[in-house]
Amino acid sequence: MRAEENGRCITKLENMGFRVGQGLIERFTKDTARFKDELDIMKFICKDFWTTVFKKQIDNLRTNHQGIYVLQDNKFRLLTQMSAGKQYLEHASKYLAFTCGLIRGGLSNLGIKSIVTAEVSSMPACKFQVMIQKL
Amino acid sequence: MSRQANRGTESKKMSSELFTLTYGALVTQLCKDYENDEDVNKQLDKMGYNIGVRLIEDFLARSNVGRCHDFRETADVIAKVAFKMYLGITPSITNWSPAGDEFSLILENNPLVDFVELPDNHSSLIYSNLLCGVLRGALEMIRKLRHTADT
Repeated sequence: MRAEENGRCITKLENMGFRVGQGLIERFTKDTARFKDELDIMKFICKDFWTTVFKKQIDNLRTNHQGIYVLQDNKFRLLTQMSAGKQYLEHASKYLAFTCGLIRGGLSNLGIKSIVTAEVSSMPACKFQVMIQKL
Repeated sequence: MSRQANRGTESKKMSSELFTLTYGALVTQLCKDYENDEDVNKQLDKMGYNIGVRLIEDFLARSNVGRCHDFRETADVIAKVAFKMYLGITPSITNWSPAGDEFSLILENNPLVDFVELPDNHSSLIYSNLLCGVLRGALEMIRKLRHTADT
């Protein structure tokens, strides 16, 4: 029961993030030039978008050039206030859900459909995995 | 150089939009979860309360404000220091009760409601009720502290 409720919470948070991401990216890109390609968009998310929202850039972006991107933030702002050990690791996903939605919403309004997941291996570092869905 | 300056104000504006959008998403979700506006109002107040009891510590640490001698001073500090610090606005204080224990804060440019329009079927929704909760939580904490110190 607990796990099910947790799952529902995470979905709700992700959906909230999605709405906010859509709105934000709209406001944010109304004056910027067109993006050249998918990678350009991902770099924008990692630099400008992340800086606007979290006051820092993504530390590392990796891709397999086939629609999968991994964004690594070594000092994720929403996790830095929590203890750095294993104690709260299982709760970290709640704090990441909103941000996953944020990324998914932002990409969605830029014409990219995706699935975004996150994982924390050691606080406060985390990785966001973006899987682009080809329509 | 001018590009840098532009970035500064732009990122500040964007931060407040993130805040406004997030609050909007929160209220929207609450409206979906609870069927009536009264329950949403209660939840917002509760959430605000939880924020307030912690925010007061942050406020006292950052603002260096001394003890307030009376309620009028408290009102001033809330409007001119606290609101300015956290929401960037200075509400006006009006409507003092004859006993001096009640007043109203009027927010001209509430950042929470930027771009927000309430549909007709939510006429009893107090959209910014979170703020009420925050004030309640914060003030309760200081009153508690003062009480302990006196005894």
